[in-house]
Amino acid sequence: MYLTNALPRQIALLPEGTSSVKKAVNSQRPVNLDLRTIKLPVTAYTSILHRISGVILFLGIAVLLLALDMSLGSEEGFEAVKGYLASPLVKFVIWALLSALLYHLVAGVRHLIMDMGVGETLQGGKLGSQIVIVVSAVLILAAGVWIW
Amino acid sequence: MVTNVTNFSRSGLYDWMAQRVSAIVLAAYVVFLLGYVIAHPGLTFAEWHGLFSHTAMRIFSLLALVALSVHAWVGMWTISTDYLTPMALGKGATVVRFLFQAICGILMFAFFVWGVQILWGV
Repeated sequence: MYLTNALPRQIALLPEGTSSVKKAVNSQRPVNLDLRTIKLPVTAYTSILHRISGVILFLGIAVLLLALDMSLGSEEGFEAVKGYLASPLVKFVIWALLSALLYHLVAGVRHLIMDMGVGETLQGGKLGSQIVIVVSAVLILAAGVWIW
Repeated sequence: MVTNVTNFSRSGLYDWMAQRVSAIVLAAYVVFLLGYVIAHPGLTFAEWHGLFSHTAMRIFSLLALVALSVHAWVGMWTISTDYLTPMALGKGATVVRFLFQAICGILMFAFFVWGVQILWGV
């Protein structure tokens, strides 16, 4: 079994888990694994945001590499990137990418802390998720102030 | 059920470890670069070009680029095997997932080559 970021939502999807659930309850009872119909706890939202921000960053690499290429290529290119960064639309795109990056970074640091055995209980997991939301929100607001 | 035939190392533990190690490299790079840009409000081309001409920065950037390739692959692989499943897509799931992973792999390889070209062009 592939070791993924162990969360209650994902544990419920493991085949081993479902077989023990069946044994413990009643093999005739249906098991609902449809994520769209399950009410998600706060830990699930921080988890899915970590994934969504990761996908956004994967696509955003192209934008960042383009900016790096232009800015390092020549003095004119560097000034052109500076010029683009003055436009509100580009500012918004950079802020969106920076927000994804900051959220992904904060949520990733939480994972590393949890790997060390801190905050692995149900209560600790909820508290950790709440801290991730608050810290990343503050950083994202600060990034917005910095950009504008 | 999705098998692990397409993962990075054919071992979940190595992928897990590679994800963590690359994450630490990327975090250090991002914090450094953001810190540099914040600390230099009126950044000039000479300063920016000088930073990326430095051998230490080239090593750090190339390390970050390798870490990014590993990290992006493990992440996109995990997402594809969690959501592009027979439960969600039916019979064609394996084909869809394979194509998705192939596109991710090719895209990341292109990003890597492009990144090397940028760093070596400085």
